[in-house]
Amino acid sequence: MNLILDKIFAHTTKFIALGVLLIVAWIFTELFQQSLVSIQSSGFDFVTQTKWAPNLEKFGALPAIYGSVVSTFLAMVLAVPVAIGVAIFLSELAPAKLKSPVGVSIELLAAIPSVIYGMWGLFYFVPIIRDIVGGVGISMLSAGIVLSIMILPFMAAVTRDAMNTTPDILKESAYALGGTKWDVIKDVVMPYAKAGIIGSFILALGRAIGETMAVTFVMGNVHKISLDLTQPATSIPVTLANEFNEADTGIYYSSLFELSLLLLVISFTIISIAKFYFLRRKRLGA
Amino acid sequence: MTHTEKRILTNKIVMTLSTLSAMVGMTFLFWILGILVINGIDALNWTIFSEAGAPPGYEESGLKHALIGQLMIVGVATFAGVPLGILAGTYLSEYGQQSKLAETIRDISDIMMSAPSIVIGAFVYAIVVAPMGHFSGWAGSVALTIIMLPIILRTTDDMLQLVPSTLREAAFALGAPKYKVIMQVVYRGAKVGILTGVLLGVARVAGETAPLLFTSFNDNFLNTDMNQPMASLTVTMFNYATSPYEDWQKLGWAAAFILSMFILGLNIIARVFLMKKKGK
Repeated sequence: MNLILDKIFAHTTKFIALGVLLIVAWIFTELFQQSLVSIQSSGFDFVTQTKWAPNLEKFGALPAIYGSVVSTFLAMVLAVPVAIGVAIFLSELAPAKLKSPVGVSIELLAAIPSVIYGMWGLFYFVPIIRDIVGGVGISMLSAGIVLSIMILPFMAAVTRDAMNTTPDILKESAYALGGTKWDVIKDVVMPYAKAGIIGSFILALGRAIGETMAVTFVMGNVHKISLDLTQPATSIPVTLANEFNEADTGIYYSSLFELSLLLLVISFTIISIAKFYFLRRKRLGA
Repeated sequence: MTHTEKRILTNKIVMTLSTLSAMVGMTFLFWILGILVINGIDALNWTIFSEAGAPPGYEESGLKHALIGQLMIVGVATFAGVPLGILAGTYLSEYGQQSKLAETIRDISDIMMSAPSIVIGAFVYAIVVAPMGHFSGWAGSVALTIIMLPIILRTTDDMLQLVPSTLREAAFALGAPKYKVIMQVVYRGAKVGILTGVLLGVARVAGETAPLLFTSFNDNFLNTDMNQPMASLTVTMFNYATSPYEDWQKLGWAAAFILSMFILGLNIIARVFLMKKKGK
């Protein structure tokens, strides 16, 4: 009796664990199948054409791809230095009394749903951008900045964790040689934690590129490539969020599925790079 | 200027810059939090809990429909995702261990945790909504279950591995079969850790908007039929906030406030559990 139950339990757990792999494989194949109509009709034009006109059955995804790349790039350029600053402050500078409350509140802010960052952006940040740079305020620039604020807590928290892995004895040795705090950070902490820090930046990049709600409010969903950052733009997730429920023809649907597939492949690749090259998992108990 | 003076100066400059950037970052974050609390508390009143949605301009309009919808969608997802995640995590820690299969499942789950959630929404649209012919609360729950699964799986895996193997060996020595060892010894030892994972998993999916946009969709009225489109706090928040009506926008802030407090609460409870565990 026990033997049978033992087997049942072992097989059930294995079956469910395998299910996780199956679901992921299913997501890829299902999205690919749904994209087939679009892949067959547009081919490579899908990623090179700039005209997105569902009423004319023209689907060029380049503006969305461009928007994803530029908004994420902007967000990274703004968030990386601030995240490093916050991490240095938290791990090396802050007095013990501040360290834990500030650190915990940053971690809690990382848990706030992104839709709230988007709402704040729409009501409080877009008007400021409008006053400063003109235009309607709904723009690539707003999207990049809101996105950078949204990924900041996550980035700062993981960067701090990476910096904190530096053994105290290494830092103390450097201080004993007369190093200033900056010398120690630059020559001891950074080299030691380099892989972890770069890995967490790339992970944040992977998350930012797939982020939907923080940018949907403030980007405008305009399929146009403009070098002017104050113009409304679109990105892959923004297009999906705005148009999925409006799609009425088979090829329109299929194009949106192709966008989803594209987004999944891009973020999967970025996250895998972060994970396999920089953040090798530390085995518990081993 | 001597070399030492230069170094000290550079140090001062960099430290000032880093403190400044920390201040800038914190200012933005607390600005957002402040606005959320001020607008949220300002918009809170009893009708929010007692009344369902209404057309703009209506006095008696609340969020009852979204609160109930949110509870049902997240509740069903939790009901499905937690046992599945715990069992899969059990396989990784107790059976698969360091095998290639187990390692692959761990890696894929880690990647899925950061994958774009809107893509999960599109997937569930294709496999549930399109065949059924309409949006439904069930579809929303399916999407959230898929998002929750890797989180519960990985925390369970980690937490079970923390249970000392001597405990397992002692139970085996008494002649207990493996499933009994796991259920009565390992699970008991990792109880708090698993619960923490569950809380964090629920907190994570409760804030998801993108995967619900084209699965559970929305409904401005009270609906408890999971077979029909269903309101959630997040999608309602999105629709109300982007509407031009001031009273709807106000309701959107109330929804944002309630949801954030719920999620922060879960996170804080999870943290307290973890601290207690470490303290032991």
